[in-house]
Amino acid sequence: MPPLTHYLALSAMLFAIGTMGVFLRRNVITILLSIEIMLNAVNLSFVAFGRYLGTIDGQIIVFFVITVAAAEAAVGLALVIALFRHRETLNPDAFTSLRW
Amino acid sequence: MLFYLFGAAAVAASLMVIGQRNPMYSVLFLIASFAALAGLYVLLDAPFVAVIQIIIYAGAIMVLFLFVVMLLNAPQEDISRVRVMVAPSTRRIGALLVVVLLAELAWALATAGEREVWVSAEGLPEGESSVRALGLTLFRDYAFAFEVTSVLILVAMLGAVVLAKREL
Repeated sequence: MPPLTHYLALSAMLFAIGTMGVFLRRNVITILLSIEIMLNAVNLSFVAFGRYLGTIDGQIIVFFVITVAAAEAAVGLALVIALFRHRETLNPDAFTSLRW
Repeated sequence: MLFYLFGAAAVAASLMVIGQRNPMYSVLFLIASFAALAGLYVLLDAPFVAVIQIIIYAGAIMVLFLFVVMLLNAPQEDISRVRVMVAPSTRRIGALLVVVLLAELAWALATAGEREVWVSAEGLPEGESSVRALGLTLFRDYAFAFEVTSVLILVAMLGAVVLAKREL
């Protein structure tokens, strides 16, 4: 079994990739996908720590994180549809005014 | 070693998610990344998490994303982008934060060392009984959180319906 550190390093790498996506991409949908990558990186840490400590609680937290991710995806995609209807673009730099 | 295989697959697929211009391919690569993570969960003796990762994440949430990508029908990212002016001082602060984060990460991983003291799998329930133990803990110790989650989903559902309605 690889040491816990390797799981944490993998989790950190995935989280960094997700962060990079949020900052670098200019597409609202890709940004939402990057957030999903970050949530999954955190899930991996939870499961690895739960297995390391020999408890099942880590897996339960993952269950809740997935539920929150589903709720976030539903609301986020509804927002994307509403924004696209107003501006006909997915570029977040185009959404700079609070009202129009 | 399976861990490195799945880990490399997850990182490569995630990088492809970031690298694609077409969000359709991004979603498909993200599904591949989730499959690799499900393999890692199996290695960590968490078969239930692996299954819900595939069924709920890859099967439900990503299909929702695919629906929206196809509905909006705007596959290419805008090349002629509206640039928002960023002050150089802001960039310097951002670069500083990146350096601090990297140093912190390197320090944390270096001090953690190569600890091999995993709690042996004897204490953890295996296979079918692991799902049983998960259910018992979820509905006993985390019953309140579980009920609150249902309120969260209800609110998300209402929010999605209201936001996506043609006329607010």
